[in-house]
Amino acid sequence: MTLLGIRNLKVYFYSEDGMVRAVNDVDLDIGEGETLGIIGETGCGKTILGLSILRLLSENTKVEGRILYKGEDLLKLSEDEMRKIRGKEIAMIFQNPLSSMNPVLTVGTQVAEPVELHQHLDNQNAKEKVIEMLKSVRIPLPSKRVNEYPHEFSGGMRQRAMIAMGLICMPSLIIADEPTTGLDVTTQAQIVELMKEVLKDSGTSMLLITHDLGVAAELCDHMAVMYPGEIVEYADVRNIFKNPKHPYTRGFLDSLPGRGLKPIPGISPSLINIPEGCKFHPRCSYATGRCKKERPQMKKVGEKHFVRCFLYD
Amino acid sequence: MSGTGTMKSRKKLAFQQLKKNKIAIIGLIIIISLAFIALFAPFIAPHDPIEQNLDKRLLSPSGEYPMGTDDLGRCLLSRIIYGARVSLKLGVIVVGIITVIGVTLGLISGYYGGIVDEIIMRLVDVVLAFPGIILALAIAGALGPGLFNVMLALAMVGWTGLARVVRGSVLSVKQKEFVESARALGCSDLHIMTRHILPNVMAPVIVLATLDMAFIILAAAGLSFLGLGAQPPTPEWGSMLNNGRAFIQTAPHLTTFPGLAIMVAVLAFNFLGDGLRDILDPRQQRELKE
Repeated sequence: MTLLGIRNLKVYFYSEDGMVRAVNDVDLDIGEGETLGIIGETGCGKTILGLSILRLLSENTKVEGRILYKGEDLLKLSEDEMRKIRGKEIAMIFQNPLSSMNPVLTVGTQVAEPVELHQHLDNQNAKEKVIEMLKSVRIPLPSKRVNEYPHEFSGGMRQRAMIAMGLICMPSLIIADEPTTGLDVTTQAQIVELMKEVLKDSGTSMLLITHDLGVAAELCDHMAVMYPGEIVEYADVRNIFKNPKHPYTRGFLDSLPGRGLKPIPGISPSLINIPEGCKFHPRCSYATGRCKKERPQMKKVGEKHFVRCFLYD
Repeated sequence: MSGTGTMKSRKKLAFQQLKKNKIAIIGLIIIISLAFIALFAPFIAPHDPIEQNLDKRLLSPSGEYPMGTDDLGRCLLSRIIYGARVSLKLGVIVVGIITVIGVTLGLISGYYGGIVDEIIMRLVDVVLAFPGIILALAIAGALGPGLFNVMLALAMVGWTGLARVVRGSVLSVKQKEFVESARALGCSDLHIMTRHILPNVMAPVIVLATLDMAFIILAAAGLSFLGLGAQPPTPEWGSMLNNGRAFIQTAPHLTTFPGLAIMVAVLAFNFLGDGLRDILDPRQQRELKE
């Protein structure tokens, strides 16, 4: 069943240099218990897409389209109704655990915050729940560490606490924005392992935003490849790696160290000055005259495999 | 528990740094002594501060009257001791009021930005455009003399500095990721402001409030000196100065001792404020850690 459906989502805002079209016509579905990965280069609008779901973008940002959560359009909810969704129904894990925790509050206080806000538990019950939660994300000596401050936690431990904070209200969906960035490789592996486990245990769906293909391969059921503001390829994880269709996906994979470290020529366009037609055509070796003029539509090329490219017409 | 242990160790650390700062410690000791004197004035003062003894007018300091007597034969030392009560009480109340006003307006201004920010900051500019003491003088003059009106006048001009400093700190704190993270957890604006932002902007508030204490005590004494503050026979340092002015050549102790009292109190708060600023300045803390 579809938990979250994004329809024709457009996000744009005005900057001094012109209109920034961060998300263009994105359609996505996340089923219950499913993990969908969104991969793409830095600055392709992944994070903005994540933030727009929880309506955390600043007020001068225009968001159009529909974001259906359990059939309800989040973009139509009032701010108060939205607050009840945040943290309770849909939680977010941010990329930098170092700066995502308030330095002057204890970890316990912060992890307890969602329960206090949404379940109105008293201090004692909330604290018990926090300790239980910290235990489940493998923080050693949780009853002692709840009273410590974020600076007394290592990066990996802090990210574990962030995951605990995200999961404590048993949300149906977690949006994880680069949850492993900034951690060293062995810690990354532990966090990925942990996330895999807790998602499986709780049956929570996840939208994973990352540029780390390794992490995505470990965690995701399906993957969507994003290139300046739009999805260029959507498939299950096997197909993305074994059978990539879009020239950009292929280029992205070929740029991995294990696959020859071949960079894609050119640089990705800025969100202000997006090329006409297919957005990838200036960097694409298969580009034809048509690619410069027409915008390709998503084409079905296999079981749950869609690609936005004229090569498959 | 190590949790409370770390809390303690943080406070201990701050106190250790304070101990290293000799001037701040001197300030703190003086303030504590002043508070003690004010609190136990009836037990410490050798005489009744308002009891007149016309046989013993304008006596020089002696064994019975360590600071001499004034033109109505009142014990100057007792009056100065009771004066500490008036000045400290006034300082604490006014600083309390301006801290609440300044922090609230600063938080709102910095957090919401836009038109709200513009209105509050222009209001600050308007108040700051007048020299503070002159504006207080005008307000106290318009309201009529009296300690309460002096407090009101000082509160009305004193909150601007705090509002500005808090706004500035809020502007930088609200960009931090933990604020966004709090919003993503479903916190309301009020909750974010009071629970997440406020504790992060307290350090400059503490420093400024301490320094403001000194300013308020001095300003209140100044207004009383001009006859707008405490009315006789209330023992107030500023009005005692004014009272002794007429006898400055024949009985200089009448002006010297209240003047010294004001100076000591103001210096003490300035010393402590400066010391706290050095300790709470995050840049210096980083240097210490390195």
